[in-house]
Amino acid sequence: MSKHHVTTTINKEPVEFLCETQETLLDVLRNTLNLTGSKEGCASGDCGACTVIVDGKMVCSCLMLAVEAEGCTVTTVEGIADGDKLHPVQQKFLEHAALQCGFCTPGFIVATKALLDENPNPTEEEARYWLAGNLCRCTGYDKIIRAVMDAAAEMRGEAKAA
Amino acid sequence: MPSLNYAAPTSVAEAVALLAGAPGRARPLSGGTDLLVQLRSGRMKPELIVDTKHIPGMIGISGDAATGFTIGAATSGAMMEAHAALKAAWPGVVEAMDLIGSEQIQGRATLAGNLCNASPAADSVPAMVAAGAKAIVVGPAGERVVAVETIPTGPGRTSLAAGEFIRAITLPPHAARSGDAYLRFIPRTEMDIAVVGCGVHVTLDANGVCTAARVVLGAVAPTVLLVDAAAAALVGHTLDDATLAALDAAARAACKPITDKRGTIEYRIKVAGVMARRTAAIAFARAQGRAVKGH
Ligand SMILES: Cc1cc2nc3c(=O)[nH]c(=O)nc-3n(C[C@H](O)[C@H](O)[C@H](O)COP(=O)(O)OP(=O)(O)OC[C@H]3O[C@@H](n4cnc5c(N)ncnc54)[C@H](O)[C@@H]3O)c2cc1C
Ligand code: FES
Ligand code: FES
Repeated sequence: MSKHHVTTTINKEPVEFLCETQETLLDVLRNTLNLTGSKEGCASGDCGACTVIVDGKMVCSCLMLAVEAEGCTVTTVEGIADGDKLHPVQQKFLEHAALQCGFCTPGFIVATKALLDENPNPTEEEARYWLAGNLCRCTGYDKIIRAVMDAAAEMRGEAKAA
Repeated sequence: MPSLNYAAPTSVAEAVALLAGAPGRARPLSGGTDLLVQLRSGRMKPELIVDTKHIPGMIGISGDAATGFTIGAATSGAMMEAHAALKAAWPGVVEAMDLIGSEQIQGRATLAGNLCNASPAADSVPAMVAAGAKAIVVGPAGERVVAVETIPTGPGRTSLAAGEFIRAITLPPHAARSGDAYLRFIPRTEMDIAVVGCGVHVTLDANGVCTAARVVLGAVAPTVLLVDAAAAALVGHTLDDATLAALDAAARAACKPITDKRGTIEYRIKVAGVMARRTAAIAFARAQGRAVKGH
């Protein structure tokens, strides 16, 4: 079969690409569009390293066919910062040293942004459940959760969380 | 290897024609959270993927508690969770769906996909069966409405004929003094597959005596089990100790589980009785108008 022609909006830019049916959105982001921020940790929906936001909902881009993105609006980790200015979530991950190898970080950043867009004032328990689909093999989840809670406080305009 | 094709029909008739035109070689696609994993592993080798999400009515929830809800077959768990009226009337069904996978999985996973993947441990299925949910099936011979429990016939197998797919799942009108619940037992609190799942729906009279019940077990047999003997243990009773003991015994007696890495036969049977008690307690409390937390 000839390749599919797909028209989407990625990180606020109109984007067109060609893909085979079996290519996932993650395959196309990384291999065709050179948006290599999203990572492939498992390719089975378990690790969350490939998390992107599609039409307002976060999904595993490894579990979505690229051709399904026709007409969709996609946000990847590359679209989180405002130009050179880091998003508060990114800034807080740096400040709290909430990463070591960094492989899981793009997924955590996107998932955290999706959380705070939907619920600006999560409890720690809500944040932990929300991020249950993001696995990290090095940092330990505590620093990550501290960064998330601090980013939430900052985005609400409150003083630094204790 | 034959190449894999993709189609995104915009009407039921077009989708049926595509599926019927490649019998056994075409698969409907909803959220893809099972199908994509199976494509990659090679367990599923279709030649055509028919994406159902562009057919009008496949995504969305209509109706209300009094008349019953219709949930488009491609509606995600996240959309169900965000629907306040659905959650208030059928907390067991919504919580069962919400247990599936992570927040990322919830963005795409559907009731219909969970049902048609036909895993004996599928979380939403015992809750749907307890609720009396029906599947609206469309195919070359038109439309038929069937109880959801008739769809899975064994692990990975369904009763759907060539060319058929599910257009929507319906929940019946919500009766006064009725309530539903679903609990699953897993070795941790998130991201695992049920050792045992249990769905219960009860209707009570003004004195709190059960007048109708459906008790359903998951992960203890090749398909979910609608356990009539367990329902019979509840009808005519309040939820006292003797009733709970009878429910526990009936649930255990119905189990035909296997031993695997998540639990032995003996363990699953024991846990099934415990889960039946706990789930029934939540369903009774909800039927009495108390908003209790399930999962
Ligand atoms: C990380 C992860 C965690 C998971 N955790 C759980 C869990 O805790 N509990 C659980 O029960 N499941 C779990 N699952 C499995 C899966 O997410 C669910 O079964 C989900 O509900 C499937 O829905 P879907 O829309 O994604 O199905 P799809 O993948 O789109 O389809 C599944 C099957 O159903 C068929 N199908 C889809 N739509 C229709 C239709 N309308 N009519 C007829 N056939 C159709 C497809 O052809 C395919 O065979 C998990 C999966 C992953 C990747
Ligand atoms: S790569 Fe998609 S969830 Fe792991
Ligand atoms: S920092 Fe290495 S996996 Fe999370």
